[in-house]
Amino acid sequence: MASPGEAAVGNTHVGEKKKPTSRYWEEPQEDGKHENKVGEDGEQTEQSLEKKTRQTQKAKKRKQEEDQGDGNKFISGKSDPFPGPAPIPEDRLQKFKRRDKTKKPRRQHYKLKDMIARSEETSEMAQKQAARFDLLLPEDAGFLEGDEDEDTCTISQEDIADVVDITSATKYFDLKLSQFGPYRVDYSKTGRQLLLGGRRGHVACIDWQSKQLMCEINVMESVNDVKWLHSEAMYAVAQKKWLHIYDSNGIELHCIRKFNDVLRMQFLPYHFLLATASATSFLQYLDVSVGKEVAAICTKTGRLDVMCQNPHNAVIHLGHSNGTVTLWSPNQKEALVKMLCHQGGVRSVTVDKTGTYMVTSGMDKKLKVYDIRAFKPLKSYFLPAGASCLSLSQRGLLSAATGDIVQVYRDVWNTPVSKPYMAHRVQRTIWGMNFCPFEDVLGVGHGEGFTSMLIPGAGEPNFDGLDANPYRSAKQRQEWEVKALLEKIQPELISLDPTELGQVDRATFEQRHQDRVKALGFDPLAKEKFIPKYKKKGRSSTGSVERRKRQVAHEDQRDVIRRTAEDKMKIEKERKKREKKEAVLSSQRSALDRFKK
Amino acid sequence: MKVKVLSRNPDDYVRETKLDIQRVPRNYDPALHPFEVSREYTRALNATKLERVFAKPFLASLDGHRDGVNCMAKHTRNLSTLLSGSCDGEVKLWNLTKRECVRTLQAHEGFVRGMVVRYCGTSFFTVGDDKTIKQWKMEAPGYGEEEEPLNTILGKTVFTGLDHHQKDAVFATCGQQVDIWDEQRSSPIRSFTWGVDSFSSVRFNPVETELLASCASDRSIVLYDMRESAPLKKVIMTMRSNTLCWNPMEAYYFTCSNEDYNLYTYDMRYLDRPVTVHMDHVSAVLDVDYSPTGKEFVSASFDKTIRIFPKDSGHSREVYHTKRMQHVICIKWSSDNKYILSGSDEMNIRLWKANAAEKLGVLAPRERQAANYSQKLKEKFQHHPQIRRIAHHRHLPKNIYHQTKELRVMKEARRRKERNVRKHSKPGSVPVVSEKEKHVVTVVK
Repeated sequence: MASPGEAAVGNTHVGEKKKPTSRYWEEPQEDGKHENKVGEDGEQTEQSLEKKTRQTQKAKKRKQEEDQGDGNKFISGKSDPFPGPAPIPEDRLQKFKRRDKTKKPRRQHYKLKDMIARSEETSEMAQKQAARFDLLLPEDAGFLEGDEDEDTCTISQEDIADVVDITSATKYFDLKLSQFGPYRVDYSKTGRQLLLGGRRGHVACIDWQSKQLMCEINVMESVNDVKWLHSEAMYAVAQKKWLHIYDSNGIELHCIRKFNDVLRMQFLPYHFLLATASATSFLQYLDVSVGKEVAAICTKTGRLDVMCQNPHNAVIHLGHSNGTVTLWSPNQKEALVKMLCHQGGVRSVTVDKTGTYMVTSGMDKKLKVYDIRAFKPLKSYFLPAGASCLSLSQRGLLSAATGDIVQVYRDVWNTPVSKPYMAHRVQRTIWGMNFCPFEDVLGVGHGEGFTSMLIPGAGEPNFDGLDANPYRSAKQRQEWEVKALLEKIQPELISLDPTELGQVDRATFEQRHQDRVKALGFDPLAKEKFIPKYKKKGRSSTGSVERRKRQVAHEDQRDVIRRTAEDKMKIEKERKKREKKEAVLSSQRSALDRFKK
Repeated sequence: MKVKVLSRNPDDYVRETKLDIQRVPRNYDPALHPFEVSREYTRALNATKLERVFAKPFLASLDGHRDGVNCMAKHTRNLSTLLSGSCDGEVKLWNLTKRECVRTLQAHEGFVRGMVVRYCGTSFFTVGDDKTIKQWKMEAPGYGEEEEPLNTILGKTVFTGLDHHQKDAVFATCGQQVDIWDEQRSSPIRSFTWGVDSFSSVRFNPVETELLASCASDRSIVLYDMRESAPLKKVIMTMRSNTLCWNPMEAYYFTCSNEDYNLYTYDMRYLDRPVTVHMDHVSAVLDVDYSPTGKEFVSASFDKTIRIFPKDSGHSREVYHTKRMQHVICIKWSSDNKYILSGSDEMNIRLWKANAAEKLGVLAPRERQAANYSQKLKEKFQHHPQIRRIAHHRHLPKNIYHQTKELRVMKEARRRKERNVRKHSKPGSVPVVSEKEKHVVTVVK
């Protein structure tokens, strides 16, 4: 940017000398001349001038590179309309921000300072690169917008299926399975495979996009819950008595008798843990990579049939019949947190992907949204029929099952919602419900079978190929499995804050003091007890010793008193200062004061 | 009604033919990658464990000498050539890629005390116990020719060390005094003495090429300027230094190996206290050599081990030992920063990797990337107790392990005693002397 001062100086010089006729090739040279004069007054020979101009040209070029958006001209006379690196939108940068800047260490730690500066520089660069890359992502999220005075909740599934392309239309379908219902539903982590578990023993896994049946068995027992394990090769079925594990061909791999009367299951994919909640109020963790029971916790809260996991920190949430929701980790025998959420029992709980919000529904027919990081209620809604089943999608759509109606809400935590985003009625009572990851699809299991619904805007449009790739080949899956097993997170690392491991463990003053005492063998800060010296010539009589002791004690007490008095003075001073400030502020009258009573 | 439903074309996500590599679309959104820190920690832990698994530093042993290897010299122009001189006056040239001796010559009677390759790499100098300096051609003599030195200078006293100037035809020897020689003359162009003593090693500064430093037997390290007639200054320490080596990158620093089991890095400008004291050896340190990057150095000790120290750390990052290696007398860090060569008492020269877990040979780009990534992770999580424990664990020979323990106990006892003395004497009368100041007696100019 040409500053006004510089221009003024240039003008004076131009005024002094006669201007030669301007040529297009001379333009930068002339500029250089002027700048030259600015920098260094006095006469110059022809030769040195030329040299200098070359230098200034170079300097100018560098300057042009440095300050962006200044519209400096090229030799051709054109100015770069987009100078400098392309700007990155602030919200995208914010998305990739990991943490605030580290506080600068004190002056002495120059090595540390250097290290922190360098690491911050690299992380900032990574953040910018990631934000830039975000612009190149190929897919956009789905959406549904009604016409004028048309509510999106009145749009039926058939209408949507008619409008969208053929492949998407095939994702709306019904499976009529009236014999062995009602059904529980689970999608695999990539969203390709669907697992159905009928109450009366029917278990089927389907590659639902190609509608190919992978296996279908009847376990000849009641089935409480079904869950995919880390890949689509294995799944767990909670049967009447024991927990069974089958492979994708329907062959029973394990019958785990340590896990009995399981009602609900959750799989923690990064820890390879299968968490089960049983009718005997036991919460058990099974490490599926080595087949060992990691923890068995007796919650002492009765039958556990409401369960979900927090995908952000792998904490298990359990809902109880007395209206409380408890949070559990395998490392602690007691609940991490107990929250009283509802007046009746809790019917369903779900936590969003970022671990920020928890949505609960209870027997008191309320739907409540909590901020799970601060443990604060955010919103409370009243649903006339009450929600029996809740599920949150990757992009934050909430589906609630009220009897045989599926209602989908959008953005329940920010704005008070009065109408559902979408609604759909299925044939009979809903038993299980799940959003399909990376697809705009909601799978609903009910008494009459299974319904797959289209919910535009539910799924994350861009998946990460190294994490969960719906299009992966067998080879890629095998490789992923090995990698995932190698970086299996130990169950000891489950805690409410998953970033805790990366923070500096600052020892408290007491702790450091204790270490010091241990190292030195004595307490350097301890106050020694006063022992009066023995004095000769009869001056060490009991009376005088006592007097001396008292004198020292008095001195100590005076110290304490002096200190407290100083403290009081300081507080008083601060208070006065504050009052003065407030008085100044209040004395400034604003125009709005006249409306005050 | 406006509606859009996610509908991906599988062609965008799977490879076209079987000959292509698989497509891996990425999305770096942190919400899609939960447990970042814990997963990275697990990776770092695995990388640290693997590093210990793959830590196999010993590569080869070059045998052929008939007495202890007393000195070695790197070729200045050729990575694969190494020269070594033994206690029986024999000099051998080795081809490191083939790991064989290519030439043997009887250079001196008695020890070969010092050896250096001329900067051009066409000839080398040796000094021996027979009071001679000999210059030899690097090439082997032709068929029928006799092995003869290019030049022989007969000195008055025994020479103990030798170093060549970086780019002039000038070299320096040390014995009872430090002599500067012109290659064309048979008498020294300059001699430095400072008190009557003998010197054990002399080294030219690699950057300020006119500067020299030498270790004297009166426990001092003396600095000289070749252009002046008198030495610059000297520092006297509590114990004698054996050898010293200049940092090739920051050439105002030099490190000396001392008899008191420590190494000291000094700043040439401030000799009153060393910049760093490097402790860990349990016996006298005999030789030291810097890596060409100037970031690390390697030391050889009488305790039969080799240790690698980062230049600014007080303790070693690595210790090498074998069952058969005896007192290590000389050590060199190869010019490609990848290997370490040690010559020891039991007539062998050993070739080690400078980085114990490094994979040798050409790395595929992805391999290199993975190695860099795991290196970064190890750095990031190095202070976590479990990772630290694994990374720092080294197996030591029994006697060294016990000696280390004993030294620690002795040091602690000394510290305790000093503390007690301080506690029971008048405040200020027993000052606290830091470890760095403890070993320097005076600086004389």
